[in-house]
Amino acid sequence: MARGKNRQIVRTTTWSAGPGCHGGCGVLAHIEDGKLVKIEGDPEHPWNQGRLCSRCLAMTQYINHPDRLTRPLKRVGERGEGKWQEISWDEAFDLIEQRLGRIREEYGPESVIFSMGTGRDIGAWICMLAYAYGSPNVMFALSGIACYSPRISAVETVQGDYCILDAAQWFPKRYEDPRYKVPECIVVWGYNIPASCPDNVFGHWIIDLMKKGTKIIAIDPRLSWFASRAEKWLRLRPGTDGALAMAFLNVIINENLYDKEFVEKWTNAPHLIRADTGKLLRESDLVQGGSPSNFVVWDTASKSPVVWDSEQVDYKSADLKPAIAGEYEVTLTDGTRAPVKTAWSVFVEQVNQYPVERVSEITLVPQKDIVEAARLYARSKPAAIHWGVPIDMTPAITPTVQAITNLWCLTGNLDVPGGNVISRYAFDAVAYALPGAKGVIKLKSKEDDAKRIGANQYGPLRKFIWRAQTDLTLEQIFTEDPYPIKGMWLQACNPVAGIGLEPKKWVEALKKLDFVVAVDLFMNPTTQLADVVLPATTFLEKDSVRSWWVPLQSINKAITVGECKPDIEINFELARRFDPDFRWNNIHELFDEIIKPSGLTFKELQQKGWAFPPEGHPSHPYNRYQKGLLRPDGKPGFQTPSGKVELYSSLREEWELEPVAHYEEPPFTPVSQPEMLKEYPLILSTGRRSPVYFHAEHRNIPWLREIDPDPIMEVHPATAGRHNIANGDWVWVENWLGRCKFRAKITLVVPEWMVMTAHGWWFPEEAGEEPSLFGVWKSNINQLIPMGFQGKDGLGSPMKHLLCKIYKVDE
Amino acid sequence: MPEKCEYGLLIDYEYCTGCYACQVACAQEYKWPAGMGGIRVIEVEQKLPNDRAYLTYLPFPTELCILCAPRTRQGLEPACVKHCMASCMKYGKIEDLARELSKKPRMVLWVPRS
Repeated sequence: MARGKNRQIVRTTTWSAGPGCHGGCGVLAHIEDGKLVKIEGDPEHPWNQGRLCSRCLAMTQYINHPDRLTRPLKRVGERGEGKWQEISWDEAFDLIEQRLGRIREEYGPESVIFSMGTGRDIGAWICMLAYAYGSPNVMFALSGIACYSPRISAVETVQGDYCILDAAQWFPKRYEDPRYKVPECIVVWGYNIPASCPDNVFGHWIIDLMKKGTKIIAIDPRLSWFASRAEKWLRLRPGTDGALAMAFLNVIINENLYDKEFVEKWTNAPHLIRADTGKLLRESDLVQGGSPSNFVVWDTASKSPVVWDSEQVDYKSADLKPAIAGEYEVTLTDGTRAPVKTAWSVFVEQVNQYPVERVSEITLVPQKDIVEAARLYARSKPAAIHWGVPIDMTPAITPTVQAITNLWCLTGNLDVPGGNVISRYAFDAVAYALPGAKGVIKLKSKEDDAKRIGANQYGPLRKFIWRAQTDLTLEQIFTEDPYPIKGMWLQACNPVAGIGLEPKKWVEALKKLDFVVAVDLFMNPTTQLADVVLPATTFLEKDSVRSWWVPLQSINKAITVGECKPDIEINFELARRFDPDFRWNNIHELFDEIIKPSGLTFKELQQKGWAFPPEGHPSHPYNRYQKGLLRPDGKPGFQTPSGKVELYSSLREEWELEPVAHYEEPPFTPVSQPEMLKEYPLILSTGRRSPVYFHAEHRNIPWLREIDPDPIMEVHPATAGRHNIANGDWVWVENWLGRCKFRAKITLVVPEWMVMTAHGWWFPEEAGEEPSLFGVWKSNINQLIPMGFQGKDGLGSPMKHLLCKIYKVDE
Repeated sequence: MPEKCEYGLLIDYEYCTGCYACQVACAQEYKWPAGMGGIRVIEVEQKLPNDRAYLTYLPFPTELCILCAPRTRQGLEPACVKHCMASCMKYGKIEDLARELSKKPRMVLWVPRS
């Protein structure tokens, strides 16, 4: 393959800037005289098997782009004025150390927010810097943290570990491995293939499986590619996913299509709920000195209560027959009698509130389709569910996810070949700690965490998600209550154009701060508002590790560009300056520690390229809950408070939230806002994915922009006709928060009652200084989405279901 | 005398998802400026009864396609075929590819200018 005399081929892994996605694809970078001349998919890599997406194939235009930031910049005019002076790295580090150091001295470390977007591997290094500085306030800048973390946290609430679609990604030989089974059916729930890779699943794996016979059930208001090829397509009203999942449960339970043995043995279905308090009956309710962590079941053999010992993951007496359903009476410690019923009874009562007729009215999906789809899913063995980010992007995310998680648990599809398989970091080596995980990068003490914004209000933020709650943080910048925010570190984060809702508020917030640093690869609407801008690198210009699910991979530096520095090296230098106890001497030492559980050093991993955990390891499937591979004590069961799959969540009960799956109507829909509907008669859904862009990135890459040149609003032909809109017309999309313009794409993909717009739009070719900020106010749809509508547990946000009106732009 | 055509591209458009990897792979391989390239993805949206529709994406080799002669000479697949995310493109001899056409529906065989 090598051609020119100085051509060298470097094998590495995609992740972070460049393609932008959560990738994990193996690539071969062709380097000539220190420059990238070509990039190709690595045919030997088990992840992508030689394939590569358009964004990665455009890397030469990205890396060598004339607008790449290559030297640190210091603001010399007013914020937003676009006046900059190039400075050296030493000057930049000194300035940041001095300014952030002063804020820490005067206001405490918590008054600086470390903000990320879809941080990819960089998330870990942002935490490293924040924690070295002493701030617990690492923030994912999306309202309600509404991307992925809520789903993980909610699944862990039910079953202790997260789960993803099994596409044989755990095996080097993939689909050919004899341990693997092709799913008979995959439910593709709110997920559009050509553009996205959520959950670290390579989207086109599902296409591979379709060729091997997998049938598709598509759940999507849009006629997605999957929907047009699905066995069943359920066109639901956006935001009603929770109701639909409840109807699936309703059909599956009432038609006896569920796995009774699993329910009895592995869920907390038999645990008793007190009818008087509505709470789980605990050993401490029955016995003086009994543990409040232990639960109680009704033994139908002895006709008496028996304690479930959560620590031993077993009953306190042998040979019992726990009642699954029914109502009983127990004697409490004070001698009074209390009526109780089983968690299963409570769960089924809840499920029975969602008969198919009612859910059809809520979701707009015909009854017949709901029933047939539920049966197809339940009868397919194995079957898997693969979901997308719309599940996170609703305030009632957690009860929705509880329902969906219950589906795979009750149908025998948990951690089985071809089902929904528990996903752990390969070898349990954690670089970036997603919800529930703890890696080597952590705050020094619990006391340091006490001031984390939102942790006191929201249970999931204490138990699983180590982030500041975004909506509260933005609010606190203005209120300074309970303490002032004085600085922000923005890395891989563009709230003015991409991740921020109500972006004008973000501009105002950034201007209020004393000191703002942005780390990025190009100037963008957010970097314009910083005091210092530092030039970061793509994945080809750095060493790093990828330990997100499997396999464990190294990212290997192939080139350098200008004075750009990898995010980790920038943060490493500052972390050393801020923390006298910072314990690593160089980044490879840190990598070695992160991947230590694999038994490899970083150098060894680089030589191998990737490594799969072996059979018997907790990060290797299947049926791990039976083998005692999930819990730290090695006992069979799950890492939940009861050790079981919790159909009735003890954590949610502790957080004073509804413990059982259910549906809540989102805040801005035709049903919840009939008055607003008169003025804004269309459902506005946002976040239409483009295969050539990753969120707010790539609009400046000619090969990609050519394919998708304008911000698009999809509109049904009949709706377009009523509004006198022709294909390609510029159209205003407006609601009570503002308006912005999009180019109409008239298409049957959307229903008559909804329009769908793209997100993340700004125009790198336009003026960068204010008021233009690269034209960001023209088509940034986030101007129409409110902050502050997170769910009761601090998670989720109504991004996929708002209301709007549309009208033609008068030239 | 007409040119003899030997090689072609077989597209299984049942599985093309419209990811545009082929188009950018070609642009990279030949350093085409934006607006030019050897392969273009066409989108067809066909309305069907009962409020349904079928979305088809179809990679189409343009006048600039040379069937990646510099690559195939080295035994490599054309850049578009190699990178196709859905693995729905195949390069080969026309007679071999033509036989594959009978195996399943929703396929098309292109014989570009080359």
